[in-house]
Amino acid sequence: MSEQLASQQAPLVTPGDRSVWTTLRKRPLFWICSAALGVLAVIAVLPGPIAGLFGQPDPRACDLSRSAQEPSPTHVFGTDLQGCDIFANVVHGTQTSLFIGLLTTILCLVIAMVLGTIAGYYGGVADRIVSRLTDVFLGFPFLLGAIVVLNSAGTRSALTVSLVLAFFSWPTLSRLVRSSVRTVRGAEYVQAASAMGLTDRRILLGHVVPNSLGPVLAIATTMVGSVIVAESTLTFLGVGLRQPSISWGLQLSTAQSYFQSDPHLLVFPSLFLTVTVLSLITLGDILRDALDPKGRS
Amino acid sequence: MTRYIGRRFIELAIVFIGVTFIIYAMVFTLPGDPIAALGGDRPLPENVQAQLRAEYHLDEPVWLQYLRYIGGLFTGDLGTTFDGRPVGDRMAARWPITITLALTAFAIEVVVGVILGLVSGLRNGGILDRTLLIGTILATSVPVFVLGVSAQLVFGLQLGWFPIAGAGAGWPTAYLLPATVIALFGLASVTRLMRGSVVDTLRSDFVRTLTAKGMPRRNVVGVHVMRNSVTPVLTFLAIDLGYLLGGTVVIEAIFNLPGIGALLFDAIRTHEGPTVVGVATALILIFLMTSVVVDLINSLLDPRIRHE
Repeated sequence: MSEQLASQQAPLVTPGDRSVWTTLRKRPLFWICSAALGVLAVIAVLPGPIAGLFGQPDPRACDLSRSAQEPSPTHVFGTDLQGCDIFANVVHGTQTSLFIGLLTTILCLVIAMVLGTIAGYYGGVADRIVSRLTDVFLGFPFLLGAIVVLNSAGTRSALTVSLVLAFFSWPTLSRLVRSSVRTVRGAEYVQAASAMGLTDRRILLGHVVPNSLGPVLAIATTMVGSVIVAESTLTFLGVGLRQPSISWGLQLSTAQSYFQSDPHLLVFPSLFLTVTVLSLITLGDILRDALDPKGRS
Repeated sequence: MTRYIGRRFIELAIVFIGVTFIIYAMVFTLPGDPIAALGGDRPLPENVQAQLRAEYHLDEPVWLQYLRYIGGLFTGDLGTTFDGRPVGDRMAARWPITITLALTAFAIEVVVGVILGLVSGLRNGGILDRTLLIGTILATSVPVFVLGVSAQLVFGLQLGWFPIAGAGAGWPTAYLLPATVIALFGLASVTRLMRGSVVDTLRSDFVRTLTAKGMPRRNVVGVHVMRNSVTPVLTFLAIDLGYLLGGTVVIEAIFNLPGIGALLFDAIRTHEGPTVVGVATALILIFLMTSVVVDLINSLLDPRIRHE
């Protein structure tokens, strides 16, 4: 009852109390997405024990005599062409996908924070160089660039794929950081800080960066999702991860040739992939709406 | 206007040189020797390798090779594959299929997206609006190859409405399913953009004035709201044409359509470096040209843009 009252009185309280958290807390979709991502995170951290829940902890323990079997009590998602347990593979694939998604996004965030802040705060020559550079990167389809580079890369582990994806995806975030920093730069508290004689370092780290981080983090959440899609698409095309890596893209790539006879090879990796990406993108959307009620779609 | 066009083309040139240089440098300076790899397990004799290197200019510094490559582009030469065929010739036969596919997808995207967006925007907040919004989130989240293979499974195999693969059945039968799959992603964005744009335009002063003057709603919406809402959508559509072309790579591979995307896909599988670079460069060039053309159209529709 008191909760209901509190929510009804929400419009009357001071602006400071109407925090992002209050807005988020009231949206069921926020909880659904967070729960889904929480489960996926647990799976990614503990793939062995989770896969072991149904008695097949090892994704590489394969039995060729049990090739492409339908789901059964011993293999809850069935087995793939090599007779490997699909559930164990999907579970271990979660780790790969989330690892690539998070690593790439963190790399992009670091590059974007540094370059975007320099460009947005100092302007001038630095801004022009960074802006032209982002123009070049945003000027062509990202997938094509990644295909060309990955095609000529010798080793393709989760790490190298992340590096290549980060190389092509930082400009989106960088542009966002730049415009975000530019809005904050003119704010009175930044002027006050600089009038007080604080060093640039303290102004940037203490005032500018924390205050321009919000919208950037919302987009970064969405980006984790798009990076996961990009990775699986590239892997599917044959320029991403390779055996013996375990990834949803690889599973789908193999399954595609046999979907007519064994659709179950396709269903489970697709399902995990879709749920993961859907949760990340929706969560990003919700965060963006909560941070910027004006831009609500 | 002339100054605007000029400035836009200079920007295009900068981006083009930047992009092609990045790609070229990355492909041809990365470790691995394509000539040494030609012989496979039995290495080619030293003098043959040297001759081939000279023939492909691989013994020159990268910047010179790059200049040579750019020079070739202007005369329509997209490079030569390692087995001696011009990349341009290999692509020529495949353009019609890709263009048909991309244009079919583009048409679906424009027509369906604009209509759905308009309907959604006019019924802001209604059940239809909400359903469409959920649909658009779904369409943007499911990876295109998952959609493609699922569509093959459901509409090709189980329902048997469309051929599963190949371009044999001709237009439109063979193209409708792959085109719809490619279009879905952009379609969702077009719908959302158009919806937001329509909602904003409906609130603007001139719409109120027109309504107050007694103009029939059909004219207000059909002429004035449409024209003013469509500008941001056009900009998006330009960018999206590039993604459509990128999307054709995946979809042509899945639906076994022998277009440009399939050529790129095959070149990746057979490690044909020059073909990969050639196809990617051509696609990027088209992408850049389209975005300039659409910017020009945009500046005609909305004069404010060219005075910025």
